[in-house]
Amino acid sequence: MLTSLVVVPFVGALLVIAAGRLAPGAGSTARWVALGGSLVTLAVALGVLASYDLDGSGMQLTESSAWIEPLGVHWALGVDGLALVLVLLTAVLVPVVLVAEWRTGEPGDGIPAPGDPDGTDHRDRRATFGAWVLLLEAAALAVFLATDVFLFYVVFEATLIPAYFLIGGFGGTERGRAATKFLVYQLAGGLVMLMSVVGLYVVATQQGPASYLVSDLAALDLGVVEGRWLFLGFFVAFAVKAPLFPVHTWLADTTQTATTGTSVLLICVLDKIGTYAMIRFCLGLFPEASTWATPVVVTLALISIVYGALIAIGQDDLLRLVGLTSLSHFGFIVLGIFVLTDQGHTGAILYMVNHGLATAALFLVAGFAVRRAGTASISAMGGMEKAAPVLAGLFLVAGMATLGLPGLAPFVSEFLVTLAAFDYAWWVGAIAVTGIVWAAIYVLWAYQRSMTGPPRPVPGVEGESLDHAGAGGDPRVIGDLTTREVGVLVPLVVALVGFGFFPSLLTDVIEPTTTQVLEQVASALPAAEGGN
Amino acid sequence: MEFTAPEIDWLLVSPLLAVFAAALVGILVEAFTPRALRRPVQAGIAGTGLLAALVLTVVVALELPSQGGGAAHGEVTVTGAVVVDGPAVFLWGLLALVAVGGLALFTERRVDAGLPVFAGQASVPPGADLGSGPGIGTGGAGETPGDGGAPASYDRWEHTEVYPLLTFAVAGMMLFAAAGDLLTMFVALEILSLPLYLLCGLGRRRRLLSQEAAMKYFLLGAFSSGFFVYGAALLYGYSGTLSLAGIAAAVGAGGGPTVLLLAGVALVMVALLFKVGAVPFHAWTPDVYQGAPTPVTAFMAAATKIAAFGAVLRFLYVAVGDARWDWAPLVWVVAILTMLGGVVLAVGQSDIKRLLAYSSIAHTGFLLTGVLGLQGADELGVDQVSSLQAVLFYLATYGVATVGIFAVTTLVRDAGGEASGVDRWSGLGRTSPLVAGAFAVFLLSLAGIPLTSGFVAKWSVFASAAGAGAWPVVAVAITSSIVAVYFYVRHIVTMFFADPPADPPAVVVPSPATSVTIGVALLATVALGVVPGPLLELAGDAGSFLR
Repeated sequence: MLTSLVVVPFVGALLVIAAGRLAPGAGSTARWVALGGSLVTLAVALGVLASYDLDGSGMQLTESSAWIEPLGVHWALGVDGLALVLVLLTAVLVPVVLVAEWRTGEPGDGIPAPGDPDGTDHRDRRATFGAWVLLLEAAALAVFLATDVFLFYVVFEATLIPAYFLIGGFGGTERGRAATKFLVYQLAGGLVMLMSVVGLYVVATQQGPASYLVSDLAALDLGVVEGRWLFLGFFVAFAVKAPLFPVHTWLADTTQTATTGTSVLLICVLDKIGTYAMIRFCLGLFPEASTWATPVVVTLALISIVYGALIAIGQDDLLRLVGLTSLSHFGFIVLGIFVLTDQGHTGAILYMVNHGLATAALFLVAGFAVRRAGTASISAMGGMEKAAPVLAGLFLVAGMATLGLPGLAPFVSEFLVTLAAFDYAWWVGAIAVTGIVWAAIYVLWAYQRSMTGPPRPVPGVEGESLDHAGAGGDPRVIGDLTTREVGVLVPLVVALVGFGFFPSLLTDVIEPTTTQVLEQVASALPAAEGGN
Repeated sequence: MEFTAPEIDWLLVSPLLAVFAAALVGILVEAFTPRALRRPVQAGIAGTGLLAALVLTVVVALELPSQGGGAAHGEVTVTGAVVVDGPAVFLWGLLALVAVGGLALFTERRVDAGLPVFAGQASVPPGADLGSGPGIGTGGAGETPGDGGAPASYDRWEHTEVYPLLTFAVAGMMLFAAAGDLLTMFVALEILSLPLYLLCGLGRRRRLLSQEAAMKYFLLGAFSSGFFVYGAALLYGYSGTLSLAGIAAAVGAGGGPTVLLLAGVALVMVALLFKVGAVPFHAWTPDVYQGAPTPVTAFMAAATKIAAFGAVLRFLYVAVGDARWDWAPLVWVVAILTMLGGVVLAVGQSDIKRLLAYSSIAHTGFLLTGVLGLQGADELGVDQVSSLQAVLFYLATYGVATVGIFAVTTLVRDAGGEASGVDRWSGLGRTSPLVAGAFAVFLLSLAGIPLTSGFVAKWSVFASAAGAGAWPVVAVAITSSIVAVYFYVRHIVTMFFADPPADPPAVVVPSPATSVTIGVALLATVALGVVPGPLLELAGDAGSFLR
């Protein structure tokens, strides 16, 4: 069942390519095939949810078969509460992104294609876009399901190739540079992790037959020093992925140039791999080292929260701004993870889901605004709420969710993490709380500058302004959201409100896993302290 | 003194003999066959010889007797001069495969308007009416065919000796990897090197670069051979024998002047490290890789590395394995220098063949990292990947990807030959997605991205070195890999996301032989990335060297 969750989007991607090759102009068919593939994946994911036993503990629906026997590598999949919520998040976001980017890759979509800087290219690249998105989904789902460290590493890196081509193939003018920066950063992080992956093998073979299964590795008798070194390798890779200060600099460049759909997949799905893996591998395999590293990690998380928010406030590019808010949010998630309390963990996992929904909504609505305004520069926008009230309204809702307004889902998780931070140390909590204040500033100020105020004059037309409701279809005049665009945002908003009022829907799934992880950490501690 | 004929197990050395036979027959054919027939006949003979060697290698592999309680298989034959053991047979098979790929590229004529890759004669001077007139590849006074440049006239002057040269080189390489004493190793070194020097100088395009490459390679190569002989002499002085097993026995017994041992090992290693292109003996690599005709580069880059690492491993593990605490620091330093030097110098390259040359230097460093993983059988954990297994696997994946990637570079052409400038490849992903895609897969494999063969190879050498405690070297290897990723990825960006130049190079459709070579290499690169298990097990089953 879990294997099919990986295979379905993969086969879907192949079908999309095939559909795109059928006939010239078959891109239109291809995007329907892509959407169909993502919806079937969603159905399988819901099937997994249905067969998941909420009261059960540990990995469920596990599958395992030998893959590379000499290295002890298995094709091993399994799902627990943590993996389940992230699988569902991914499965929901992909169709949303495909619909939001419905016109991406169309001939003359205005997106500069390789070799065509002006965007006047008339090649049909819809099949290409759909295929890369589905491949990305397949790899990302495999990451969340993998219970073998080697398999995890392979699919972890495999996510980068589709992401790279999505950024480089469909981004703005600086896309080549951004794609390179993204890939080199991520691969560098991955290679550092490779060292620890190799190290685990060496330790494992010293103690018995080689096996990369997480369950076998967790049972290894790691020395304190070895454990800490190995932890470090994993943590660096996940910090780059998450991203955490100071290895976050790829983030804003990427979100600035990628299409917003790609950004959603990167920030809301792929970056979750970083925080997911911190729980699964850093805490799961190296509990002693994780407690040892807590002070440093908490400090980095606090810096990320404050620094991310402050530089977000200073941005003029709307897409950079949204990207950088995530730096702040990931600071919260990492903080929640490394305070090592039940409350913090539940909050952090909840935060991953809520951040995925809220930021996806914010990115998409920002993308719609940017496409209408013809610029991502906040100072060049203004007065959009008169011309496009629905857009402005949804922008506000998504923004409010991001800043943690009570009644919307992110509030619950932010609250839990902050409480846990106060329990950890009062000053940690105090600094984390300021993140919420900064969030209010960057969201509301961005809203004020881009949506309210006097309408911006239409470039090149004397005396005309953006709210001029030119029924003649003047392309320079802003229209409100189309039905498709509203349709994309509605499920996200419904989820944000729904989980805002009923967070227990998620916490019931999450909590058993949380308890288990923390028990594992706690059980490792006395032994390690004795060893010191 | 009575002369006793050595006992030779003819079956065991039959793969070697097949290749030697093909080479010798090739020379006779060159003298007695009409010009028009030479090319097909020569290619046929070389191909038959190599395929026969491949088949015989498999037969031999199945016949190898088990030795030393199953840790090794094989037989020492020809009075100790040739050791046919598991690793040797593995390398033979690999060499024969790579050579078949190289041979396929040698026969290519379609990419350059029906003209061969090689100059008509090695003595053709640079600038001898290249590319346009009837004098192509002929040169010498009075030899210019006056028939207006119809391609048929060039057939008369095609250099068909390249085929026997190729087979001679392969034969030397196979012997190199299976040599049981230093003298055989030296003879093999010369047999493999001399044809390669000559092949490098035969480029029909860019004669000057090609001849310069041959000259540099020859001078430096001859110099390094001198080191080998000197080192062998010192080791003879230390142990009283040239046989690797004998030296091992002397090292094990201790005693003897250690200075001779250390100096001998160092000098022999200089020659071997020169062949694999390790820093600081790498200076020839970029010039030769760039100047040699690309099919030669493809063959040489892959096969020489395979054979030379076979010799490095055999020398270090068999002859002086017990003295590894003496040579390990040397290899540590060379490995670190090689990796860093290779990747740092590669970053600034603007010529694809030079870029790949520096990348090959870096790969030499990674392979040396694997060599450092030498551990005794008792120190290895259950089923732990041994260093020999790791290096053999790495050589297989690297050899295949190298032949493939150089084959692809022959397809993108300007008026003056291959478009080897990196910027000339801009936007290729748009105009020729298949060629660019294949090139990208090979680059990703060289970069060691998962799901390509290069990743598992890198993983295994790192794991074996780490298992032996060479953590600092592994750390440097990881750092170098990060830098390497940068220049590989940058090239992929150029191909897929940059704008094509105003006068884009032509992408030609090659002959079926080249297409099949590229296709097979591509398939193997992906397949070994997804299911590396069988080949890893095969490399493991090769067992250790026979002493």
